[in-house]
Amino acid sequence: MDSTIWVSLGGILAAASPIIFAVMGETLTERAGIINLSVNGLILLTAMSGFVVAYETNSLILGFLAGAGIGALVALIVAFSSISLKQSQVAVGFVLAMLCRDLAYFLGNPYVGEQGIRVPSMPIPGLADIQILGPLFFRQDLQVYSSIILIVIAYIWVFKTRPGLMMQGIGERPAAAFVRGANVNRMRYIYTAIGGALVGMAGPMYSLNVKAGWMGPISGLDGIGWIALAITIFGAWNPLRGAFGVYLFVLLQWLSLVLQPVLTAIPSQVLQVAPFPLMILTLLLVNMGNADWVERTLAAMPEPLRRIMARILRAMRTQQPASLGVPFENE
Amino acid sequence: MKLRNLTISWGLMVSAVVIALLFTSLVLVLAGAQPFRAYWDILVGSIGSITKISDVIRSWVPLVLVTSGLLIAFTAGLWNIGIEGQIALGAIFTTWALRSLETSTLPAGLIIMLAILAGAVGGALWASLVGLLRIYGGVNEIFGGLGMNFIATALTIFLIFGPWKRPGVASMSGTELFDRSLWLPQVPGYSISVWSIGLALAGLVLVFFLLRGTYFGLKLKAVGKNNKAAFVMGIPTSRYMLYAFLMCGVFAGLAGSIQVVGLYHRLIPSISSGYGFLGLLVAMLVNFQPILSAFVAFFFAALNIGAIQLPINLRLDSNLSGVLQGALVLFVLLMSGVRQKLMHNPKGGER
Amino acid sequence: MNVELKHIHKHFGPVHANDDISLTIPAGTIQGILGENGAGKSTLMKVLSGFNQADSGEIILDGKSIKITRPADAITFGIGMLHQDPLDFPPMKVIDNFIIGQPGGFFPNYKNVRAQFIEFQKQYGFNIDPDSYVDKLTVGERQQLEIIRLTFLGARVLILDEPTTGISALQKEKLFETLRILAKEGKTIIFVSHKLEDVNNLCHRVAVLRHGKMVGQVAPPFVMDDLVTLMFGEPITLGDRISSEYCDECLVIDRLCIEDARLVIKNVNLVIKRGEVIGLAGMEGSGQRHFLRTLSGLIRPVSGKIILNGKNLTGKTYQTFLKNGISYVPASRLEEGLISGLTLTEHFSLSEDQQGFFINQAHTTEVAASRIKEYSIKGIPENRVEMLSGGNQQRALLALLKTPLALILMEHPTRGLDIESTIYIWSKLKDRCQQGTSIIFMSADLDEVLRYSDKVVVFFNGRVSHPLDAKETSVDELGLLIGGKGWETIEEESKK
Repeated sequence: MDSTIWVSLGGILAAASPIIFAVMGETLTERAGIINLSVNGLILLTAMSGFVVAYETNSLILGFLAGAGIGALVALIVAFSSISLKQSQVAVGFVLAMLCRDLAYFLGNPYVGEQGIRVPSMPIPGLADIQILGPLFFRQDLQVYSSIILIVIAYIWVFKTRPGLMMQGIGERPAAAFVRGANVNRMRYIYTAIGGALVGMAGPMYSLNVKAGWMGPISGLDGIGWIALAITIFGAWNPLRGAFGVYLFVLLQWLSLVLQPVLTAIPSQVLQVAPFPLMILTLLLVNMGNADWVERTLAAMPEPLRRIMARILRAMRTQQPASLGVPFENE
Repeated sequence: MKLRNLTISWGLMVSAVVIALLFTSLVLVLAGAQPFRAYWDILVGSIGSITKISDVIRSWVPLVLVTSGLLIAFTAGLWNIGIEGQIALGAIFTTWALRSLETSTLPAGLIIMLAILAGAVGGALWASLVGLLRIYGGVNEIFGGLGMNFIATALTIFLIFGPWKRPGVASMSGTELFDRSLWLPQVPGYSISVWSIGLALAGLVLVFFLLRGTYFGLKLKAVGKNNKAAFVMGIPTSRYMLYAFLMCGVFAGLAGSIQVVGLYHRLIPSISSGYGFLGLLVAMLVNFQPILSAFVAFFFAALNIGAIQLPINLRLDSNLSGVLQGALVLFVLLMSGVRQKLMHNPKGGER
Repeated sequence: MNVELKHIHKHFGPVHANDDISLTIPAGTIQGILGENGAGKSTLMKVLSGFNQADSGEIILDGKSIKITRPADAITFGIGMLHQDPLDFPPMKVIDNFIIGQPGGFFPNYKNVRAQFIEFQKQYGFNIDPDSYVDKLTVGERQQLEIIRLTFLGARVLILDEPTTGISALQKEKLFETLRILAKEGKTIIFVSHKLEDVNNLCHRVAVLRHGKMVGQVAPPFVMDDLVTLMFGEPITLGDRISSEYCDECLVIDRLCIEDARLVIKNVNLVIKRGEVIGLAGMEGSGQRHFLRTLSGLIRPVSGKIILNGKNLTGKTYQTFLKNGISYVPASRLEEGLISGLTLTEHFSLSEDQQGFFINQAHTTEVAASRIKEYSIKGIPENRVEMLSGGNQQRALLALLKTPLALILMEHPTRGLDIESTIYIWSKLKDRCQQGTSIIFMSADLDEVLRYSDKVVVFFNGRVSHPLDAKETSVDELGLLIGGKGWETIEEESKK
């Protein structure tokens, strides 16, 4: 097979890495029971600030740290307003999404178009030359490697570790977690902050690597955060399924670019939104089993068909953490 | 006791505004600007002259329309984030109606009316898609709406670069300008139209009465507060949710329509001008009070118009208005949380 | 472990929930705590298990005075509490439920834990698959899981809050057997209940609470009448059964089949006459709720017919059912019954037939005020429903019902209410029957079912009995049936 295909598929891994960070961060946050809706603005703000910090200090590490720090800070505002002030998480998250975006454009204005430093590529000696696997996995940079490691860590954390199980419990039934010794609200603060820091890493991953530089409103980053939120749901709060969603989405975007020369009649802007109808369709598929009318229709179906349909729907359907978005008060 | 609560409420709201201003000033200092010069610039740029004020009113109209629609959606407990796309579809339908009727022999006034009507239909149509996805597909309206926004943007661009492209070269500047006879009649010398202002006020009054004293409004409220219980009480909740989406879509479509017939006189890529999201902020701020929303919308519109001069005068980005608006809503939300905490009797009488 | 409570006081606002309660429980005892709803039992247990702190008073374990500030602390002192609705994580696996909250390393060793779990549950003769999901277990099994978990964590005092609600007779026997074993091991068992029967069968001694005060300690043999007097102050009369002759058919249920993922109900035939009251008995999740919701039009049956006053309603929408005079009153008042955030007036406006487009504010306020008076609801028209007490919310639900109605379907009409409200609500319901409304209700309280129904239909795991005459059925017979015993005779009877 043509090796260029593997190189471009390797490119998909690279392009997906920031979204992986955002989706993993949001997955952890929501698993603990908090929705951080500010992701879209957050990615823009951290992309700008990460770029500016790295540009001014000439340090990539500081750029990423700035992103993570700002991400955690904004997430803490969401946590504070919802946990301590009992305000709507959706409302505060949405306002922050808007505010962060405008802050990014306003403060980043003087830096538009500047040339900054970039994350260097880091092929792994020995493995990089393996056929297929080499260009796909081992001629990447630290960012891609860490994104893959993050998926594994997030998965193990959620399902295999003691604190991770408790985290699931906190999002599922905080009262029961409280009785088992969890400090529910403190853990929610912590997971929201960690999740926010991970989302905040996604920004610099764009501005220092995948789409290097800061271009203001034409950076093409506006909207990615909303996609990350949708993929978190698509992933049913499971890191592996979430990662699958991210790669699928990036693959679709890549395909639309590849197909563009073939379909010249369609403007490129149109092809770029091709994943969205598919996204809506998948959300439709995973959520449909929860709708009342589906249940009613199912109940009225003849026996064998009903069994089969019910099984298919149940396999696809996702159930959110039972206490997602619900504040916890210990009596 | 009551007086104390009232004092706390007002004190906190005022402090929210002050904190938002302080925050924005800090941001300005960070950007190396003098805050007061910037604020002065915005003030002069928004209400410094009759022309400026008319510009503010011009952008107040779509904002009020959008907010009115959103108040209906909010009452039904729906976060219609897809409002941006619904504005765009309103604009697209209006453009389509104008394009198909411009060569007809109908009187211009009638064509404009039909075009505005088409815009309302377009907005409602797009909103109904989000509504159907939510009601029958279980897709949260936030995600369905966002997806539909992206698709609406793509559709707009496709039309501008494809079927409706200007003779010769298609460009981001939009479709061909319509004939002057198809423009909404304007007050001579100013960019505002009595018709669009009237439309906005009518919408406001309609929503005011709808939410205050009608069975329809009460049922929407019931659906928004507790969908399950409302259904058990006999309210057809799915239908009412769809009504809320449709009505919100109508208002959004009207806003998009006014953007075409009243302002741009063509279809441009960013036809919604962000009024949808801005309307969401206004609606969050006014706590279901339509009258208050008229004033808040005016203030927000003034910020937007005032900030236009910033890049030229102070070499600052005009998104400063967004920073101030966002900060304002954020701190008001936080302060109302503080208020609830303070007013909540700490000893607790329940149980 | 010896447990001593000394002079416990606890206030909630103006309510003195625990008023100078002192109690000593020696190790190895099964101590019953008896009292009607709101007597202060739960508050006392919450103080002991760390959910609430007492305003004053002392807790002494084995002679040492301790302070429990959080529920999680309680278990380190050896106090474990089993809540009425077990506090576990339904969508997660049994083994994960067992692990969460256990001390230990970062990565739990599943192999060891699974072995420990299986070993440990053998002691009590339980048989729960560690890899099944908790939401697939019965309430009884979930209690067993909690018992294993708490004793494994070192609980030497086990508090059980109304544990016999919602479990089968078989599971109850199993539970009692387990509790006796635990007591023999020297553990202290505190059994909180308002069911005389259970306390009588199990406890070594009983403390009775009334209005927040300890009114007496009783040792066996228990004399039922004495216990009742202690619980309620003075002997109460609950009003005689009103028997009437019924003639017209109101509702005909013909070969009704209902299915969902967990439950299949087949071939229910039932004829209900005008003004008749039918009680549905069965443990939680046996199908009564599905049955009620099907009759209300909320669930569509797979097959069969529902005919109301000669009109076939099968397959029609919920709204059609409503229009034909069927009203459904759900158990969860603030989730499905009333709308938090709306006032009483707004509720009455919604429940009325809409007249015109605009609401006549003066008129609706008037209606609200008169209904509030008629149903003696403690509140004003402008009160939001969530500010009312449970009893008043239930009264409001009744006040919202339209007149006339053909059929009222109720879940747990008096759950969580005090005796006064209970009697009041049933008197209102009986008034309705006099006017020709039929009532079908489900209740976990078998006494309630027998006292107020004309006929009783028993549900067990989707099986449905023929209607039994309430006058000729005893609590014991019902108890056996809902636990799955004696169905052969029932089914033979129905064939006759």
